[in-house]
Amino acid sequence: MAHSVRRDAPELPDFSLLKRLARDQLIYLLEQLPGKKDLFIEADLMSPLDRIANVTTLKEHEVDKLYKVEHKSIVSTSDQLCFLIRPRIQTVKWICDVVNADKAVGKFRRYKVIFCPQKFYACETLLEEQGIIGDVTTDEWSFYLLPLDDDIISLELPEFFRDNFLEGDQRWVRTAGSALHLLHSLYGPFSKVYGIGRCSKMAYESWREQVKEGEQRVRQADIGNVFLIDRDVDLVTPLCSQVVYEGLVDDIFRIKCGCVEFGPDVTSSDKSMKVMLNSQDKVFNEIRNEHFSQVFGFLSQKARNLQTAYDKRSGMDIKQMKTFVSEELKGLKKEHRLLSLHIGASESMMKKKTKQDFQEMLKTEHSLLEGFEIRECISFIEEHINRQASMVESMRLLCLLSLTENGLLPKDYRSLKAQYLQSYGVDHLLTFSNLKQLGLLVEQQPGETLTVMESRVGKLVNDKTAGKLTDAFSSLAKKSNFRALSRRLNLVPKSDEEYDLRVPRDMAYIFSGAYIPLSCKLIEQVLERDGWTGLEEVTRMINGHEFAVTGSNGSDPRGRSDAQRIILVMFLGGCTYSEISALRFLGKEKGYKFVVVTTAITNSARVLESMLDNHA
Amino acid sequence: MSLMIRGKPDDDEYWNSSKFKAFTFDDEDDDFTRLKESKRAVNSILVEDEDEEDEVEKVNWSGEPVGSISWSVKETASNIRSTGEVRDLSFPKIDTAPSLPKNSSGYSLSSLFKGKAKTGSLQSFSESFSEQSLRNYAPELRKPKSEYKDYISDWTPEETVKRMQQGKAYSLEKFHFLQDKLLLLDEAVNAHDGNVITAVLIFLKKSLSKEILFRELIAREIALRHYIHYLKEMGEHKHLVELFKSLGRTEDMALMQYRDHLNIKDENRRRDFLKNCLSLPFSQEDATHVLDHYTLLERQIIIEANDKHVESSSQADIFKKYPRKASILNMPIITTLYYSCFYHYGESEGTYSSPANIRKTFRISDKQFLLTCLGARAKLKAWFDVDALFTTKNWLGYTKKRSPIGFHRIVDILHKNNAPVQVLQEYVNLVEDTEQKISLAQKYKCHDVIINTYRDLKDRQLLIGYREKVERSSPEYRKIEELLCNSQIRWKN
Repeated sequence: MAHSVRRDAPELPDFSLLKRLARDQLIYLLEQLPGKKDLFIEADLMSPLDRIANVTTLKEHEVDKLYKVEHKSIVSTSDQLCFLIRPRIQTVKWICDVVNADKAVGKFRRYKVIFCPQKFYACETLLEEQGIIGDVTTDEWSFYLLPLDDDIISLELPEFFRDNFLEGDQRWVRTAGSALHLLHSLYGPFSKVYGIGRCSKMAYESWREQVKEGEQRVRQADIGNVFLIDRDVDLVTPLCSQVVYEGLVDDIFRIKCGCVEFGPDVTSSDKSMKVMLNSQDKVFNEIRNEHFSQVFGFLSQKARNLQTAYDKRSGMDIKQMKTFVSEELKGLKKEHRLLSLHIGASESMMKKKTKQDFQEMLKTEHSLLEGFEIRECISFIEEHINRQASMVESMRLLCLLSLTENGLLPKDYRSLKAQYLQSYGVDHLLTFSNLKQLGLLVEQQPGETLTVMESRVGKLVNDKTAGKLTDAFSSLAKKSNFRALSRRLNLVPKSDEEYDLRVPRDMAYIFSGAYIPLSCKLIEQVLERDGWTGLEEVTRMINGHEFAVTGSNGSDPRGRSDAQRIILVMFLGGCTYSEISALRFLGKEKGYKFVVVTTAITNSARVLESMLDNHA
Repeated sequence: MSLMIRGKPDDDEYWNSSKFKAFTFDDEDDDFTRLKESKRAVNSILVEDEDEEDEVEKVNWSGEPVGSISWSVKETASNIRSTGEVRDLSFPKIDTAPSLPKNSSGYSLSSLFKGKAKTGSLQSFSESFSEQSLRNYAPELRKPKSEYKDYISDWTPEETVKRMQQGKAYSLEKFHFLQDKLLLLDEAVNAHDGNVITAVLIFLKKSLSKEILFRELIAREIALRHYIHYLKEMGEHKHLVELFKSLGRTEDMALMQYRDHLNIKDENRRRDFLKNCLSLPFSQEDATHVLDHYTLLERQIIIEANDKHVESSSQADIFKKYPRKASILNMPIITTLYYSCFYHYGESEGTYSSPANIRKTFRISDKQFLLTCLGARAKLKAWFDVDALFTTKNWLGYTKKRSPIGFHRIVDILHKNNAPVQVLQEYVNLVEDTEQKISLAQKYKCHDVIINTYRDLKDRQLLIGYREKVERSSPEYRKIEELLCNSQIRWKN
């Protein structure tokens, strides 16, 4: 709404081409199995498939019946079965069972497995071991990139986060490289690539190798610069409660592949409704990046305008009315419908959040980010656990505590863990083990007490001396370093100033003025400095694997200056809607346009749920 | 629209003490009211013919307009503003393998490679915009027949890994020597392709003894993690246990074995399994938790059998009045405690199902015990029990109410359990901080508390102010009137 907008922001390239490419390849693959066939689709490929094709498309290529992969025995009568799946061992095992069950009863069919976006040797080995290669043919559907909106492209690989950062499995590195390569071929050539994180570095290398193997045709670049960032460079941001409209909708209703299902409480009817949330929705487009507190005012104003527009009807003669109906009414009705939907959603979110003591929750989060009244925060978390309030929320607060405090004191760790297990089940021992492995929730090691002392000193004396002390200490400490990073990059604005959310002055507005997301701050700094110079201390604290490279066409005189201001930011391990909002804000301030490419849209619940292991 | 920054003195303490005077999720908030009004307004706008279910895009299989399916890749090619000129596009290599020999000097532009690709890969997407691009989308067509001919050729580990990455024909058979196998593995790790690393590991698993493979993996952290993940996914637990053992990672091994209890549905078998887990080499801390888990399930089985019997033979009123919604088996400790406070309150410590026994067995803190007990008794509207939870007697026999958690929290919990105002106000009165007491009393409409507090503060103005907020001729109103007329009180204003 009230952002100062630089008028010279360049236009974004058209990413719908990616959808057409994916669709055409799918059609080609379906045609490789001529004749009628039944198609089994992996559950989490359904929504992405929905975005690029529809039933008619599939029917036109002789797909008879559609099934969801459910890991149960099948009922199909077709003599040709096609499986559209992710390359997962569990799904391949199920296919092996299906095929072997058919063979056991002497049923003959043809089977085709299409792996998306690529096949893995482990899957093929399994098919071989089960003796069904030959009965089964395999293919790859290189559907890497799904545009979710004008400026968001997703790989739709939520498992990237766990596989890469928890399990240490690099199976998706090449996938990321290939995705980058596709973008480079279609919208490049890129002239500069910045990055931070181990995985980013590897993805860059993989991409570079693929560029080397192929040939690049010279075209004028649409996208000039690329920034790669690992999710584990900044784990604090995705664990914060989202308070920007789009993020809040995602936290509460869960946006799936750019689409949300609003229940009867939102639609004020007895039906649920699936709604696409993107820039096509004019009402949504105006509020998506706004702090939730600003949304009511906007919606009220909109409602008044709508009323005025409708009111024009009174006093119209027949002819005027005819024009009104044919020209304006449809638009008004559309806006009307969208408006009541978003008002309904806001109302429902308000109710839910009021119930959960959201206010106190935010207060605790902000205190943790600020490093203020930590004991009170611990008591709050403890009580949250004691009351058996949301299991994931309790975990989220514990992780935030650990990340911001550089680990928990052994005494606190033991006590909170014991209480957590009592409240939510002893099998969460497995979750704690995962969180420790990933570094989300750890115990301070004896050597690290310096950091504790440092934060105490920091709290006592708030002046330059403390700053110097901090530097001395932080050079000794090894991990996390959130406090020190926060101080160096000014992530937490000074608390004695009021923050006017109506006129945001920096990216902190996405967290009510309490915190500038580390991920976005790094991007801002690197673009400003055209590299990592001057950020050595910061990258050392992040343990960064940072890089900044220029391609040989970096000085290409034909390079459009516009392209240099379009920056592709690739999040390896997921990014949140709040971060996207922050980048949109940054873009408006600096005259950039950001294109966000992410392995998946994430939020605190998704990050933490991927750490759970306590189910069979 | 108005600024959201609020400076009302009665705001939450936090919003005054901090900069984030942003917004509140308070029900009474003006904005919320305004939102509701907007909703009413929008919903009341009358529109004729609601027939079109238009515009709001719905997502279903037939939702999207059918695009041109016959759209060909050739058209794609013409969309790409290709000039036909082929040029080297070079980016420098950066060091990505900290554990392995470095391949280049890193960031310097001097390391720009200029070499043309050795084998014309057809996999690259850039190629797909050439004339015969359609073919490139068929992975099977990527491998020209000729490539199968020199099957048993002398590809180096590096070449082999590259071919595997590109999905070309390859052969691992010729890697007989241990040294060659390890070179191959290191090369795969060097290429940062998890898929190929795992493929090589599968080959090594088949062609090396466990002892040798494990020994070599110890020094190769990245490969090791791939191997562990692969075994996990394949469900090869025995193999994984052996691996953990040989690595000395006993805690990981214990946790992995413990995890198997999740696959056991039968509660008696699960209990026996957990009993066997007790001897696993957990850390000291975790061993206690696993013991708790076993003890808990053992008790739950006993309680469940007993209560099921009591319930079905209608021996106890409580089960008739509040039929059990689910079995207590496999519920967390605190849920079990709640259950026990609900159905087995007042039983002596000697029985497994008594709150006292559960409290003692699982070392439940005073705070935790109180919270759970309070929830359960409030749910039953057993206000007498609630009262007793807080009452302590001193040596002179006077009673006093005490709580390990602030009374403001107690009030919240009671309110959530629909406690009547009479009960609520008793606890609101016990809140020490006057401001907090007033705000709670306002929130829950405990008029007496507010009036008495203002009286004690001798604040005539506040009392007059409050008179406006209560209904005329209500008992509260009369009480205020009486106080204001009382000449005994020496008002401060």
